[in-house]
Amino acid sequence: MNIPLGDYLMLSAFLFAIGLCGALSRKNAIIVLIGIEIMFNAAILNLIVFWHYKYFAVPTAYMFAIFAISIAAAESAVGLALVIAIYRQYKSVDVDEFTSLKG
Amino acid sequence: MEHGEYLQHLARQQWLIPFFPLMAAAIQSLMKRPSRKASGALTIIAMGLSCIFALRAFFATIGGGGQHHEIERAIFNFTWFKFGTTSLGLGFILDPLAEGMAVMVAFVGFWIFVNATGYMADDENFTRFFCFLSLFAASMLGLVVSNNLLLLYMCWELVGLCSYLLIGFWYFKPAAAAAMKKAFITTRIGDVGFLLGIVMLYWKTGTLNLYTHDTLHPGALEQVSALALRNGWWGLSAASTIAFLLFIGAMGKSAQFPLHVWLPDAMEGPTPVSALIHAATMVAAGVFMVGRMYPLFTAEAGSWVLDFVMWVGCITAVFSATIAVAQFDIKRVLAYSTCSQLGFMVMALGAGSVVAGQFHLLTHAFFKALLFLGSGCVIIGTHHEQDMRKMGGLRKYMPITFWCYLIGMLALCGVPPFAGFFSKDEILLSTFHRNKYAWGLATFAAFLTAFYMTRQMFMVFAGKWRGGENDHGHDKHGKHDDHEHGHHGGEPHEVTWNMWLPIAVLSLFAIGLGFFGHKYGEYLGVEGAESVEGKAVVMGASLAVVALGLLLGWAVYGRKTMEHATDEDPLSAALGSLFTFLNRKWYIDELYDVTIIRFTATCGMFFRLVDKSVVDGILHAIAWTAWGISQVFRWIGDEFFINGGFDAGCESVRWEGEEFSKLENGRIQNYFRVLSLGAAILLLIYFFT
Repeated sequence: MNIPLGDYLMLSAFLFAIGLCGALSRKNAIIVLIGIEIMFNAAILNLIVFWHYKYFAVPTAYMFAIFAISIAAAESAVGLALVIAIYRQYKSVDVDEFTSLKG
Repeated sequence: MEHGEYLQHLARQQWLIPFFPLMAAAIQSLMKRPSRKASGALTIIAMGLSCIFALRAFFATIGGGGQHHEIERAIFNFTWFKFGTTSLGLGFILDPLAEGMAVMVAFVGFWIFVNATGYMADDENFTRFFCFLSLFAASMLGLVVSNNLLLLYMCWELVGLCSYLLIGFWYFKPAAAAAMKKAFITTRIGDVGFLLGIVMLYWKTGTLNLYTHDTLHPGALEQVSALALRNGWWGLSAASTIAFLLFIGAMGKSAQFPLHVWLPDAMEGPTPVSALIHAATMVAAGVFMVGRMYPLFTAEAGSWVLDFVMWVGCITAVFSATIAVAQFDIKRVLAYSTCSQLGFMVMALGAGSVVAGQFHLLTHAFFKALLFLGSGCVIIGTHHEQDMRKMGGLRKYMPITFWCYLIGMLALCGVPPFAGFFSKDEILLSTFHRNKYAWGLATFAAFLTAFYMTRQMFMVFAGKWRGGENDHGHDKHGKHDDHEHGHHGGEPHEVTWNMWLPIAVLSLFAIGLGFFGHKYGEYLGVEGAESVEGKAVVMGASLAVVALGLLLGWAVYGRKTMEHATDEDPLSAALGSLFTFLNRKWYIDELYDVTIIRFTATCGMFFRLVDKSVVDGILHAIAWTAWGISQVFRWIGDEFFINGGFDAGCESVRWEGEEFSKLENGRIQNYFRVLSLGAAILLLIYFFT
């Protein structure tokens, strides 16, 4: 089970790219949220991997990751609530239609 | 391989039992909606595999070496994750209690799934239904084989979630949507107690593993004698306090009074779900958990916790049985009967007999699954009719269903030699030794059981077909809306083979299972401290009340069957307003409405008022002050000096702003794209300089 650090970082970068693509290109607000979650998890994966390979004795990084996970959970809860609220207003989850903030 | 090693080997593979249904659920969640055959086959095959693995483990625990003085228990614990010096473990267990239960869940579940393929054949969300069913089975099996309260709690909550999803499977019906919420919230109240118990157990013992077989790091249940000496709350020892808190959780899950209200409403789900929830899985979880944690309950001699458990069970048994007498919905009668039987099981646990409680749990699972699936067949056979007043005479139309239902009914009533007789008798016997009053009440409940089941049999199967008299195409529950059955309102018909085969198989077990009661006691490794004293009295009394119940049921409903669906129930004529009282379930729901729910709503109103008057008041005061100050400055400085000079500057800023605001087109993703582009450019600069 000796997977080099670089592989994990590649995986993480890959995940981040997938999430970014999803968040940038999809029209469905829920998919955009999912993309953001994937990016979140890529970042968390980085934290854990660096903790495991470089600072194994220090639990701070681990705790930090757990905090990040809980914050991500809270964030997605808020995000979904927003989507529902928006849906009630516009009867749609297509992000391109929410342009009432335009100048 | 030596026997001990073999058990150890099997314990390492225990995870396979819940694994198959879990995988089935995962795969089905990705399937396309129309792939019905694949979905049904996958679910059933996965459940069959689980059943095989459970049976393998079960036979391994039976085939122990010689005498069963020592319970054979193999465990497999592993660390889930670790931070600093604290680690959290999970684990699986292989012992008679778990395996008996696992075999029952997998086997009964298997046949329920087969039946469900018939019951749900017309439903367009077939795949979703079987996905939830698989997840439900997986979490229940996981709960059964876990050797760790954390894992048990996770599965416990998963079971709750799945029941929520399944009760509300037809979420477009308002009644189903309300029932799913009610079930979830009511069990949640119990779960608070359960969680408190778990936290307290961790606090007092420092571990959540139940058994470790390691003297350096003993598991929680291996420390009970120490726990019994430490102080807990309410003047109890720590062990009894934890036991009490855990039992609160079991009360919610196993629908004990006063948290029973969710179970009858759960009838809004499809009938296979009712069979699964009310027979094999969810409601059994509470009783099973108490059985699993039983050392905690008995650790402190003479605490009131066990008496509490017994009386809760006893009250539930009698209370629900009285309600079942006055219901008209075929499934609701069974639901209250389940409540009542769960009361019997809990009472047995409280009276000190795990064997009686667990054995009744197993036999009840078989015949109650049989009854529920049978009622599902009746509902399908009569084109989605659930009101017993509009049935009648089905014996002629649905002979197979009739005979299987009859067997299930006799088993539930406790007629020898059917399964229910033996298990109920054991419960009554153990209660007899503990407390004569509880025994008397329980015997009365047994009488009511015989009576209401006889009532149901005569109303549904005897007499003449009363459906289709006046066009009742849409009954008050709106059950019809979801199915385009095509041949509405015709004569009832027998169901297809995939619906009657399961009940035929289950009825074999409802006949035969009772004879293994003694063996099961030995198997669980409980020393037979059974005194024969009082056995004749108990058995005689229970036989007498069952016979009386059957006779009375025949006298009231059998001699002269109902002629028309609109006829008054003969019992209602005899009992008058008491019947209405029972039919409305002792007005418990209404009571909760005016007490707890009204109280919560009032609290909400009160805090809203506080928010409006006090909090908003302060805010408004501050705002008005600031506004006043700014008014003063406005007159002195702004109007004179600043306005004139700045008007010109503002004009140009406004123009720029207009130009820039064209960028702000309100499309979030555009902003995000620009942001990402900027970040990418920054990264490139960082890399190449």
